[in-house]
Order: sequence, then C-alpha cells, then structure tokens
Amino acid sequence: MTDTTTTPPEIGGIGHSVKRVEDARLIEGQGNFLDDISLPGMLHMALVRSPVAHARINGIDSDAAMAVDGVLAVVTGELMAAHNLAWMPTLSGDTQAVLATDKVRYQGQEVAAVIATDPYAAADGAELVDVDYEMLDAITTPQQSLAEGAELIRDEKEGQTDNLAYTWETGDEAATEAAFASADRVVSLTTHYPRSHPSPLETCGIVADVNSVTGQATIYMTSQAPHAHRTLFALVAGLPEQNIRIISPDIGGGFGNKVPIYPGYVVATAASLLIGQPVKWVETRTGNLISTGFGRDYYMTGELALTNEGRIQAMRVDMLSDQGAFYSDAQPTRYRAGLFHVCTGSYDFPHAHIKCRGAFTNKAPGGVAYRCSFRITEASYLIERLMQTAADELGIDPAELRLRNFIQPEQFPYETATGFVYDSGDYPTALRKALDAAGYEELRAEQAAAREEGRLVGIGIAHFTEAVGAGPAHTYDIAGLKMIDSAELRVHPTGKAILKLGVKTQGQGHETTFAQIVAEETGIPATDIKVIHGDTDDTPYGLGTYASRSTPVGGAATAMVARKIADKARHIAAHLLEAAPEDIERSADKFHVAGSPDQSVTIQDAAFAAYTNLPEGMEYGLEDVTYYNPPNLTFPYGSYVVVVDVDPDTGVWKVRRMVALDDCGVRINPMIVEGQIHGGLTEGFAMSSMQWITFDDDGNCIGSNFMDYLIPTAWETPRFELLETVTPSPHHPIGAKGIGESATVGSPAAFVNAVIDAVAHLGVRNIDMPVLPDRVWEAIDSAGG
Amino acid sequence: MEITININGTDHTADVEPRRLLVDHIRTGAGLTGTHIGCDTTSCGVCTVLVDGTPVKSCTMLAVQADGREVTTVEGLKSADGLHPVQQAFSDEHGLQCGFCTPAMMLVGAALIDENPAPSDDEVRWAISGNLCRCTGYMNIVKAIQAAAAAASSNGDS
Ligand code: FES
Ligand code: FES
Repeated sequence: MTDTTTTPPEIGGIGHSVKRVEDARLIEGQGNFLDDISLPGMLHMALVRSPVAHARINGIDSDAAMAVDGVLAVVTGELMAAHNLAWMPTLSGDTQAVLATDKVRYQGQEVAAVIATDPYAAADGAELVDVDYEMLDAITTPQQSLAEGAELIRDEKEGQTDNLAYTWETGDEAATEAAFASADRVVSLTTHYPRSHPSPLETCGIVADVNSVTGQATIYMTSQAPHAHRTLFALVAGLPEQNIRIISPDIGGGFGNKVPIYPGYVVATAASLLIGQPVKWVETRTGNLISTGFGRDYYMTGELALTNEGRIQAMRVDMLSDQGAFYSDAQPTRYRAGLFHVCTGSYDFPHAHIKCRGAFTNKAPGGVAYRCSFRITEASYLIERLMQTAADELGIDPAELRLRNFIQPEQFPYETATGFVYDSGDYPTALRKALDAAGYEELRAEQAAAREEGRLVGIGIAHFTEAVGAGPAHTYDIAGLKMIDSAELRVHPTGKAILKLGVKTQGQGHETTFAQIVAEETGIPATDIKVIHGDTDDTPYGLGTYASRSTPVGGAATAMVARKIADKARHIAAHLLEAAPEDIERSADKFHVAGSPDQSVTIQDAAFAAYTNLPEGMEYGLEDVTYYNPPNLTFPYGSYVVVVDVDPDTGVWKVRRMVALDDCGVRINPMIVEGQIHGGLTEGFAMSSMQWITFDDDGNCIGSNFMDYLIPTAWETPRFELLETVTPSPHHPIGAKGIGESATVGSPAAFVNAVIDAVAHLGVRNIDMPVLPDRVWEAIDSAGG
Repeated sequence: MEITININGTDHTADVEPRRLLVDHIRTGAGLTGTHIGCDTTSCGVCTVLVDGTPVKSCTMLAVQADGREVTTVEGLKSADGLHPVQQAFSDEHGLQCGFCTPAMMLVGAALIDENPAPSDDEVRWAISGNLCRCTGYMNIVKAIQAAAAAASSNGDS
C-alpha cells in the first residue's frame, strides 16, 4: 500500500486507516434510522398501489377502508389535486403523478394513501380501498413504445404526440462517418444493460411533522440530498423555505435510490399538514422495488472503426433508453442521457458520435444513478464490451488491444472526442500491474491447455475511466441548482472542532474521513472533530451525496475551509510568537518560527487565543465556511481482471479470481476506500450474474421482492484481490478523486468479458446481462459448441 | 393475548394481537430499534435475533410464538465486561458501512462462534448466507467474525 501520510497517527490525517467514529453507535444498535423515529401523536401511512400497469381510473371507493378501526383518512389524487399537489416536477424537467387522478401508468403506481393510528390498521385499510380500473394495453419495451400507432402513455402531457421522452446527441457526426467509411475494420456490438434496482437494505421513508400553528415543517426523510430536497419541497409544496427543516438521519444505504423525491414523501407531508399530526410512511420492500428509482435499462449499439492493427479511429453509438412512465432521471440539466457520452473510455481516438433517445413505457420511472455518476456505468460497460468484441474479431489479445489504444500518461490533461477533459492517469501501468498480479501469461497458457481438454476458462479484462464529482457550476446543475458543495468549520476555544457538511453519508464514513481532511490541514486530531451532516437547519447548503461527489466536491470544500482556518491560526500564532506571519511555518501539529522549531505554539493555543488574545484588528473567533465550485470533474480509473471457469454442460460459471486495481487518486482512509471497492465489486458481480428487474407482457414486475430479485449472499459473492496505484487529481485540493462507485461501474464488463472470453473461440460474441447459466448454455449450444 | 418474553435478560410482559410480528413487538413494544426490517419475504435477514440462542428472522415469527422464551437482540450483546468480541471485531475489521445489516450479522456471528470456535471462510459465509449486506461485499464481515472467534477463544483460554 502506498503510504501518503504526513501526520502521526495521533493526528490521524490523510492516509491513515482511522477506525470509524460512526461504528460506536451502530454496533450497539443505537443508530437512528428513519423507522426508529417516533414522535408523540404520530400517525402511520400506507400506500395503495396500482396492481396493473396501464388503466384508466373510473372511481375510488374508500368506505370499507374508512370503516377499519384506527383508520382516520384516505387520501386520493382528487384531494391532492384540490391542493394543487396531484403532480410534481421530476429532476429531468418532466412531471410525475403524486397520486394518480386520470390513469395509472405502471404497476405499483401510487393511487391513494391510508392514514391510521397504527401501521397494521393503515395496511388493513389500504387493502380495502376499492379502485375501479378500466384496463388499457401495457407497453413494456421502448421498441414497442416508439412503434407506429402505439398507444400514447402520456396523454395528459401537453404537446406530447408520441412516446418519445427525449433525444440527445453529441460528437462530430460528419468526421465520425468519414472515419467509418475509410476504416479497415468495423466492429459492432448490440447489447441491453438491463433494468436494475439499487435496493438498499433500508427502504425509503419519511416522518413529516408539520405544525399547523407555526407552519414549521420538520421532515425526517431518507435523503441523500437534504438541502436540494428542502428547496424542491419549497417549490413543489409552496412552503416558505425557512420553515422547512429536513433531517436525514442514519441511512441504511442509498446507492442513488434516495436521491429522488417520491410521491410517498409528498403525500405524508400533505397529510401531516391537513391533519395537524406527524405522519410516518415507511415503504415496504415490494413498494421499493416496483416504484422507486431503478437504474440502467439502456439498449445500446456501439461500433468501433479500427485499423487492421487494432488502432481505434472512431466510435459510433446509438442508444435507446426505457424511461418508464415518467422521465425522472436524477441528472444534470444539460445532459439528457447523463454522462453517457463518457463512453469513449480510456482510449485515444479523435472522433465519436453518440445518439440517444428515451421512450416512455408502462414501467416505474427512475433512471437514477445507481452507484454510478449519471449513466457512466452503461457507458463504461459498452466500451469495455466493445473492446472485447474487437479483440475477438481482430484476433488481438484483449490486453494488447487496450495497450495499443490507451491515452498515454503524457497526454493528460486529455480532451476526449466528446469533450471531457480527463485530469490525470497512467493507464498502461495500471493494466500491467493488474495483469501481473493475476498471472496473465500463465492464465492464457492454462486457457489454451484447458480448451484442448474441453474445459472452458475465461479471462476478462475491463479498464474503466469514470467521470465523477459533478460538478463545475458553468456546466452542471440539477433543477437549476448549481452542483457546488460546502463545509463549515468551527474551532472552539479548547481547540476542539465541529465540521458541518452539505453532503450526507449513507455508510461511506464521512464522519471519519472528513475529520481526517481537517486533521491533515490544521493539525487538530481527527478524534477532536465532530462531523455534522444531514440536518438542513444545522449545515451549509449542498447538493448531496451521489455520483461519487462527496470527496471531489464536499471533500474539497472541507480542505479549503480548513486551510482558511489554518491560515487565520497562523496569523494568531505569529502574534503569540511575536513574529511576522510570513515567518511562521506549520508542521503536522505545530506552528513555529521558520528556522527555530523550538519557538512554537499548537493549533490549540491558537484556537484559545482566537477567543482571548488576538492581534490588533483581527475579528474574534475561529470559524469559516467555504462553498466549493470544482474546476473540473475528477476521473478515477481502474483495471480489473476476472478469471472464470465455465461448465460447458450447464452454462454455470464461477469466479475463480477477481483482481481489482483502483486508482482514485489520494486515499484519505485506505480502510474505508477498500470497503467501498468490495461493496462496489459485489454490486457489479450482482448485475452481471443475477440481479435484474423484468416484466411480463402485461407489465407485471418480476422482481418485486428479494425472492425474485436476486442479491448475492456471502455464499455466491467472489473473494476480491485489491491493488492500487495513486495518481492524484491535479485540480483537487488534496488530490482525491472519489471511489464510491468505481467498482460498480468498472466490474460488470470484466465479469461478462470473462465469460465471453471462455466461449469466444466457439464464435460467441455477446451474452446480455445478467449472464444466467441458461443464456450461456444457449450461446454455447447455438454456436455449435 | 398476554405474553412474557425475556428480552436481553429482562422479562417483558405485554398484551399483543396474535398477528403481531415479533420484530414489531421488539421494535415498538420493547422499544429496541437495533433490530431492523428490510423486506416482506424473509429474505434479507436484517431482523435476525437470537431466540434461545438460535438465529431467527423475527419478521417471520409471531410475538406470541416467543412467549416464555429468551430473545437476544443487538442491545443485549454487550455485557458488564464491555463489548462482545463480534462488536469489537466488526469495528476493527471495518465489517460495517451503513450499519443496517450489522446487528443481525453480529448476532449470527456470535451464535456461530458459540458453536464453532474457529470457523473457516466458507463456514462463516454459509452461516451468514441468510443475511444480505448491500454495502460491504461481505469480505470484511467474514474477517470480523473470524477475528471475533479468535478473540473469543483467546479470552476463554486466558
Ligand atoms: S425483514 Fe427481511 S428477513 Fe426479516
Ligand atoms: S453495512 Fe450496509 S447493508 Fe451491510
């Protein structure tokens, strides 16, 4: 492991595997998750969801529900409409039904809500709400949806005459076409990245407490972005923003699922406002899986134009996304398909043209960045699967093909064909290191020998580059809000500090790592710093934690505010040491006069003096706030090598080894970074092997519970071997790039490439995810293997 | 129906509806919110408690079925001597991230090392295969349970 520490362990700055402070409460069952919150007089809400995918609502009969002991109210779309709340804006500029008034457009859509004194009574009531549905045909694929004569799903939407949700394109079409016309070879791949669901183990929920006398709305909610949600609540519900306090308590995993605002939040808040008592709603697992933000669902055709030697000349992509009934991707406004155009990957070629369309279908909306920075997972999968296809088609070793095309270390900063400016990297070193650790040469020899014996061994490679940390205000906003983030640091007279963040942890360990950044920059021991986050009344504004933006943006804000504090402390130290501020130097834990290390004061001395003994003209106190507008995204990358054994008779494949090299720049807490990688690799394995949401022809969701939607257990999950290189981001104050999502982005292609590599000699070029045994068997069988 | 369950060493007597799930009784009846709920189909395991020392998914048992039995939840792991070895090991080995699966994982781990003082990697993985974790990829959970086993047996030896 690379040692990047500059502080002793007692300070616990950057590079130390400091034990997590959040663990103390969590290992004793003292976490405070949403469902643990109970307020006096609190009522409970259960949602009535549509059992069908597409139907007109002719009427709702609540009488039987109202007769249930404990049921106080049934909220319908009609009631919400009377308060102008039947529809709400999505994060992609569309509108979404809060409670359906006209039609239901997907199975699981919210139709009514039952409020009761007890959750059991609420659930009983929900069972008895009688909705009269007039069935309509369900459209379950984007191809059907865009076909001539397809029924209009969004008939309520003004100006909408077909089922097209958006179109978007980028790149130089003419130059790309010219490169394809003159290419030696053209390789293409058509694949579907299936619909998946982040499904954190804690579902979504809210406790809304609106005081009808004061107008104060205190809203506890499973939110990855409490500040942005406060603003959206103010805009949607028309509540004055100073009266809205959103508190996001301990969160049992987010992975993008807790970024959008869901109908249940809005209905519970409205109910609390109307009834004058707190209302709790906690989603069921089925509710979570069938209605909240899914990820992926991209149908992609990618093509590479190459020379005979395997040099890429250009890339062309045609993508069609299945958006579900409402276009509600959580993504920056300017990009209609997120950052999918990062699909040129880690390779140096001049031209690309990317064409995207999205279609409405009778499925749940979403398109959230599931452990992903806005569709980068799909992008990375496409290019890395294409590289495998090209290697197989051209007969060039897949590692060699990548080495021939990599952006070289000296080319950074590197502008890609679609306009990203990659900050830093050394791709060849990373790939070679991963290959060496895996024993690539020997594996290839073994593979050849195995084939002779009729055994199938596959070696899959993926080298991904992510674009995370959105983002610079000139380009990135969500719903108009610029994607900056903030940190506020207060140092008390005794030298102990409180750091307040605009971002919000869901398990990433911010309470530990962000304190380490302050420790590094100020010399205050990390254990003396309390990190506060998630409460909008008590933290500065920020856009939240998703798209791996906490470290790149919130971490940078933290470093910058700590530097401001350190600088003021240096001036105070100069005063205490009777020296000029320019002559004061800082070591890990002291300020001293240049050249005389004995003449020193500590940060704690300076903190005390900030309230007791200041230089003339200086303002009292030692606190500050920084809003950080990042100059660019950061670009973490990695090289993954997977070895699989495939059973030719059953199609069952097993991961023998998984070697993962990640370069996320400077690692603040190596222990936590490795934990993030383990988790990400597991989700990548999940998507490649078993985890997907499908629908039958009537739009019934298959995958509506954990018996049908398979999440790997410890038994199936492979063991991982981790490696690293450290290439700091040149524009980030501490050189960090972010790590939360890399492994989920990069690893699916590595797993799938490994299976394809095992059967490529039979002529197999593609098996869509999840690579289920029957699909593998089928591919082998139809290839005549 | 009146029931008495011994939870973490203390008798709790309550009048409960026969249909009430044990998990709801533990969380709202006894007020012990360290036991969580994550699914509707007995699949995730975050509700696991020990009933007479055996891991049980408390969303799949009625409170009335626990009448007269001993239930241990995460709040009961710690003793007068301090943290249980699994608690210490989960923190030391970074066996938790969001912490939502953690109480259940630790209880399963504690029950395992009671029976098997030196479980192999596979044995740990099999024991926790009824418990999902979405954050950690299980690597450090396995490590933590093995470390706890080692710590527990060296404590026992001394
Ligand atoms: S809550 Fe999922 S198994 Fe009990
Ligand atoms: S630590 Fe989050 S689910 Fe296990």
